[in-house]
Amino acid sequence: MAKIIRRERLVPNLHLLEIEAPQVARKCKPGQFVIIMPDERGERIPLNIADWDSEKGTVTSVFLVVGTSTQKLSILRSGDEVPVYVGPLGKPAEIKKYGTVLCAGGCYGIGAVYPVARAMKKAGNKVISLIDVKANYLLYWEDKLKAVSDEFFVSSRDSYYDCKEFIPKVLKEVVKTTKIDRVISYGCTYLMYTCSEVTRPLGIKTIVSLNPIMLDGTGMCGACRVSIDKKTKFACVDGPDFDGHLVDWQELFSRRKSYFDDEIQSLCYWEKENFPKS
Amino acid sequence: MPDKTKQMPPELKASLRAGFNEAWRKELRKSLPVKERMKIRRQKMPERKPDLRNKHFKEVNFGLAVKNALKEAQRCLDCANPMCVMGCPVGIDIPAFIKLIEAGRFNDSARKLKETNSLPSICGRVCPQESQCEAVCNLKKATGVSVAIGNLERFAADFERDSGKVFIPKALPPTGKKVAIIGAGPAGLTVAGELVKKGHKVTVFEALHVAGGVLVYGIPEFRLPNKILRAEVEYLKRLGVKFEMNIVVGKTVSLKDLKSDGYDAFFIGTGAGLPHFMNIPGENLIGIYSANEYLTRVNLMRAVDFPEYDTPVFKGKRAAVLGGGNVAMDSARTAKRLGAEMSAIVYRRSRVEMPARAEEVHHAEEEGIEFHFLTTPIRYFGDDKNRVKAMECLRMRLGEPDSSGRRRPVPIKDSEFIMEVDLVIVAIGNSSNPLIGQTTPELEVGKWGNVEVDWDTMATNMEGVYAGGDIIRGGATVILAMGDARIAAAGMHKYLSSKK
Repeated sequence: MAKIIRRERLVPNLHLLEIEAPQVARKCKPGQFVIIMPDERGERIPLNIADWDSEKGTVTSVFLVVGTSTQKLSILRSGDEVPVYVGPLGKPAEIKKYGTVLCAGGCYGIGAVYPVARAMKKAGNKVISLIDVKANYLLYWEDKLKAVSDEFFVSSRDSYYDCKEFIPKVLKEVVKTTKIDRVISYGCTYLMYTCSEVTRPLGIKTIVSLNPIMLDGTGMCGACRVSIDKKTKFACVDGPDFDGHLVDWQELFSRRKSYFDDEIQSLCYWEKENFPKS
Repeated sequence: MPDKTKQMPPELKASLRAGFNEAWRKELRKSLPVKERMKIRRQKMPERKPDLRNKHFKEVNFGLAVKNALKEAQRCLDCANPMCVMGCPVGIDIPAFIKLIEAGRFNDSARKLKETNSLPSICGRVCPQESQCEAVCNLKKATGVSVAIGNLERFAADFERDSGKVFIPKALPPTGKKVAIIGAGPAGLTVAGELVKKGHKVTVFEALHVAGGVLVYGIPEFRLPNKILRAEVEYLKRLGVKFEMNIVVGKTVSLKDLKSDGYDAFFIGTGAGLPHFMNIPGENLIGIYSANEYLTRVNLMRAVDFPEYDTPVFKGKRAAVLGGGNVAMDSARTAKRLGAEMSAIVYRRSRVEMPARAEEVHHAEEEGIEFHFLTTPIRYFGDDKNRVKAMECLRMRLGEPDSSGRRRPVPIKDSEFIMEVDLVIVAIGNSSNPLIGQTTPELEVGKWGNVEVDWDTMATNMEGVYAGGDIIRGGATVILAMGDARIAAAGMHKYLSSKK
C-alpha cells in the first residue's frame, strides 16, 4: 500500500498525484515511470515520473483523465492508499552535455519532461522549453519549467500566446533560427510523432518517451512491444525512451487503441456503480 | 545444464533405507502380497465433465476420495530400491509418504512430503509426473501402469490443509543471519521455506502485488485454484517468512542496497522474462498476445470478470495457440472458456514431441481443443483496424533430430494455407528476466540473458548470491525451479553456517 500525500487538479482534466514512496524516491531518475493500480480491481497502468523529493520520500506524477483507471485516480484524496505503486521502472533518459537541447512537452508530458529539462540544464546544456497547450488555461508548471530553461515558448490554439499553432509548426520556426543538438519530446503520441517528423529531415536526434499499454512493467508480459527500426522492443525494459525517427508510429497508434470499446464499457460500468442517478 | 545421470546422494540412500526398515513398513508390506497389490487397478481421479468445465474456471479434477487413495497407496510395492525418488527433481521420499497414506496416517504423510517439498499441493497438481517419478516407477515396469504418485501427493497435501491441522514445524534457533529472496515464484517460495526452518531470517521481495509468480499469473485457476496457492503462502508466513510486495530488486532497491541493509545471502528467482515471438510479418497486430500477457490478464488481473475488474482481454471466436507446452495448453483451454468457438493448438512438430503434461493434453482434447500438428504460421493478416483476421501457415514434416534430440521440423514446399483467426497466443517460450542482469553488472549472465550458476550449489559468481528456476534456465517447469531451489537452499545454508 502506498499513501497519497496530495492529489490536485492542475488544470481541467490534468491532475497531479504525489505519493509517499521513499524507496522509489531514492532511486528516481529523469525519464523513468512507475506502475500504479488505483484499487484492488484496477488495472496496472504506467505513469511518467514528473518530480520527486528523496528527503521527503515522495514521488509526483501528472496524469490526464481518460479511462477508468485515471478516473479512479482523479478522485483520490490525501491519506487514501493505492494497492500497487512500483518503480522506478524503465531506463532513465540519457543525460549528457549535448549543447542546445529543446524539450517539447504537451499534456501530461509537460510534467514528465520537466525533470529531463532540469537534468539537461544541470548537465550544462542550453535548454529551450517548448510547451504545447490547446488553450492558455491549460498551461501548468510554467514557473517550474522557466526556472530550468534558457528560453521558453508556448504554442497554443487560442490567441493568448504568440504562437497560435500546434507544436510542430512552432518547432519548425525555432529550428530555423537556432541550432538544436537534441530534441526531447514527451506527451501524447501524436505530439511526439509530429515533433519527430519535423526533425527527421533535419537530422536532429529526437528522443520520445513511448506510452504503449503495459501490464507488469518489468519485462515479463510483452504487452508493451513497439517496433523500433523494424525490430520488436519492449518499452518497459528497453525504453520508454527511443529515437523518434526509428519508431513505427502507425503501429503504436493502433496498438494503443487495442481496447477502445472495452475502455468505454469499463468507464460506463464504473460510472453507473459510482454515480448512480438519484 | 546439470548432469542427469547423477548417483543418489549417500545421505538420501541411507535415510530411504532407514525408512524401509522401520517395523511398521515391514508389517505393511507383509499385510498384502505383491501379487495382490499388482492386481489393483490404478484409481481414477474424478473430473468435471468436459462439456461443462470448458465454460468456467473451476478446478478440473476433484482429487482422490479417501477410499480410492487408500487403494491406490496399496498399489505401491514399497520397493527396496525406489527408482521414483531418483525420478523426482527434489528427491521426495515417495515410498514413505505413500505408505503413510496406506496406513491411514494422512496428516503424517503430508508432513513427510513437507520435509523435502514445501509446496506439495502445488506439485501434486502441476508436476509432469509421467515423465519423472511415474516414468521410472517399478510397478510401471512390471505392469505397464505406474502408481499415481502425483494424485497421492495432492491427496495428502489437500487432506492436511482441509483438516485445518496444518503442521507448523519448529524452526531451529535463530542464527541471526538474514536472507533476501528475490521473486515469490516456485523457486523463491521453496528456498524461503527451507531456510526459515533452518533458523534464518527470510524476506521475500516480489515485483507484482500477489505472491506466487507463475503459479498466480500463469497457471489458470482450473488447474491450480488460487486458494491453494494462498494457503501455501500463508503456511510460509506462519513459518516466519516475511513478504515485501511491489519491489523490483534491481530497480526499487539494488542487491548492493540489500547488502548494506544487512542481508547475508541472496537468492535470485526472478523467473521468466521477455516472451519469445516468431519474428514474422504482422506479429504486432492487435489480437496477437504472448501467452504471458494473455494468461496474466486473465489470471492475475482477472479479466475474466471484466468489467467488474478493469483489465480487459480479447475474447476471440477463433483462437490459435502456437506451441506445444503446458503454457500452450493453458492458453488454448482459457480461450475456450472465454467463449472461443474454435480454440486450436498449432504446433510445428507432431504429437509425441509435445512437451506438455500428458494429462493436460488429454484434458484439452476432451474439452474440444483442436490440434494442428506439423504446422507453423509464416505471417499474419489484419483488417482495416489492424486486428488480426487470418494467418498463413505452412505444413511441416519431421527431419533429422536436432540438438534437443527431437526431430527437426522441415517446411514442405508449396503447402501454404490460410487459417482464419481473430486471436493468436504465442506460447513458444520466454527468456530469463532481464532486469537483474541489466542492473547488476557484476553478475555473470549467459548469452540468453540467463544467470550463470555452479549447478552443484546454484551459486552465481557473486559471493553469497544464488539463483534458480527460469532465471537460469529460460522457460522450464515449476518442479525444475523447485529442484534448483532445494540445491540452492542447501548451498546457502552451508554458506551462511560458514560465515562468521
